[in-house]
Amino acid sequence: MSLATFELPEPREGALRRLSDVLTRHTRLLTLLLLVPPLLWLGLVYLGSLFVFLGQSIFSIDEFSGTIVREPTTATLLELFRPANYDIVLRTVGIATAVTLLCALIAFPIAYYAARYAGPKVKAAFYLAVMMPLWSSYLVKVYGWKLLLAKEGAIGWFADRLGLGGALEAWLDLPLVGGPSLSVSYTGMVLTFTYLWLPFMILPVQAALERVPPHLIEAAGDLGASPGLVFRTVILPLAMPGVVAGAIFTFSLTLGDYIVPQIIGTSALVLGQAVYTLQGTAGNIPLAAAFSLVPILVMAVFLTVAKRTGAFDAL
Amino acid sequence: MHLQTSTATPAVRFQGVERHFGHVRAVDGVDLAIAPGEFFAMLGPSGSGKTTCLRLIAGFEQPDAGHIEIFGETVEGLPPYRRAVNTVFQDYALFPHLSVGDNVAYGLKVRGVGRAERDRLAREALAMVKLAGTETRRPSQLSGGQRQRVALARALVVRPKVLLLDEPLGALDLKLREEMQSELKGLQRALGLTFVFVTHDQGEALSMADRVAVFNEGRIVQVGPPEEVYERPATRFVARFVGSANVLEAAQAASLGGAARPSSLRPEKIALLAHGAPAPEGVAVIEARVIDVSYQGPVRRVTAVTEPGLTLAAAVPASAAGVIAGATVRLAVPAAALVPMEGEG
Repeated sequence: MSLATFELPEPREGALRRLSDVLTRHTRLLTLLLLVPPLLWLGLVYLGSLFVFLGQSIFSIDEFSGTIVREPTTATLLELFRPANYDIVLRTVGIATAVTLLCALIAFPIAYYAARYAGPKVKAAFYLAVMMPLWSSYLVKVYGWKLLLAKEGAIGWFADRLGLGGALEAWLDLPLVGGPSLSVSYTGMVLTFTYLWLPFMILPVQAALERVPPHLIEAAGDLGASPGLVFRTVILPLAMPGVVAGAIFTFSLTLGDYIVPQIIGTSALVLGQAVYTLQGTAGNIPLAAAFSLVPILVMAVFLTVAKRTGAFDAL
Repeated sequence: MHLQTSTATPAVRFQGVERHFGHVRAVDGVDLAIAPGEFFAMLGPSGSGKTTCLRLIAGFEQPDAGHIEIFGETVEGLPPYRRAVNTVFQDYALFPHLSVGDNVAYGLKVRGVGRAERDRLAREALAMVKLAGTETRRPSQLSGGQRQRVALARALVVRPKVLLLDEPLGALDLKLREEMQSELKGLQRALGLTFVFVTHDQGEALSMADRVAVFNEGRIVQVGPPEEVYERPATRFVARFVGSANVLEAAQAASLGGAARPSSLRPEKIALLAHGAPAPEGVAVIEARVIDVSYQGPVRRVTAVTEPGLTLAAAVPASAAGVIAGATVRLAVPAAALVPMEGEG
């Protein structure tokens, strides 16, 4: 067949093609059409109800009748600073911090390997391995960990076999992090959370590391920086936005969770449980709303600190 | 200006260096000696091994065979951060999270130079590349040409014994490139440093370098001063790659009055002769039919086929009239313009 004699058919005109013409000419209209539904959802349904709920925190509850007094007051918000409530806030933020640090520590080498050394096949296997735990039920995983962490559980058994039974006992004897067994200690709770949220840390860190141009790492070495210095002065700063993105996930997921602390850990409440009890059985919506403000404020502080320390300089 | 070592010790010496990537022999037995203070160009098409050679000097690659010395010191196994050479990368590789000043001061910082001292040196280096006052800016706020200068200042501020430049001007537009060419040359002369630069642009190599090494398929096919490489190409490859010369077989060269050897013939050495004009002494005149003319500003490049089926490219003054496709022209080829080639390939 000769290219010169080939007749190219005219594209068929139709309503869709004319619509394309209009949208191509008015790109703003297209953007608007695409954004209106999600913005309505996000703005009205999600943010609207969130603010209505948070707004409840300026009301208070009548101690005797248990009904909500709809008069603006700071009393409910100040209640957060009562020792019992303040402890809940501190405890939860402490756990979330530990989980985030542990996640970052474990995720970084895995993400680094996947981003910089793994070939295409290994990388596919890596994604599968990281995502697979997310496909199974959250409750199954938590109960699984309860068994692993139990006094007669697999972790204790391995520790005994490896001759580390004493070390485990010594750890459990420590104040705060210890307890009768791992499954009823903060250590167990932090381990479970770390396991649950690890994929949310690995993926953004890996994405950030993958975007670090190899030439930059070579340039740093070329200018005289040893591998350790290259890591500290180039790789880590450039991966920081990814670490912060991962930390947003691990931090806020831990702050809001109320199921893991019911199954694993001590009997002391965390934020999620407090909100759950207050809005449910206690019917104290204003205080529940006040507690709900805490994660938002904590995240705001966290992001501000991250920005101040230059974590987003590489963006 | 002083040189660190006696001129007897080459700044860079390669002996039988090989580097393989799987089955590909990227560098396949390279020997070279670069003199201290020399501006040395590695010229070749992409994939010819020139960049790998540069990376072998920098230490980003290690040779699979052979021996590399920098100022007499054996460097095999030495990581880049232990080598007194610095690189200006093709994409500049500036650190996006650092200011321009901190980029330039990076090499000083990792060597433990104090804040005040390294800021002073970085300012000086930036002034040297005509970027004074840009210290607090981000690399992303600079133009391509400015980034190039920052990369240069960053490499020079740590006083390398050899400066390596990987296609340093590749991303710049023509005017900027010409400006940078003379500036680089000036800097090199003023500092008395050894510059090794990689390029695929023969014009750049010829205009800047003291000596040019032409690479093809992992080997050096010719090394010499620009004039020699251009005027006396050793192989067909060099003749075609550097300045697109005509390559004539032995019999064809002999028929035009040259030696019976494969020879190169520069297009600009071929002149057009008016119909009926007598042939000067020592000049062969052949009739040829024009098959293509391309206008290139100062000259027109005329491709013509002679009766025996020899295709010749000639660069004639753009003002030459009547040269159109299909026309018959008389080409004047001076016998002295036929340069026999010694090498194979």
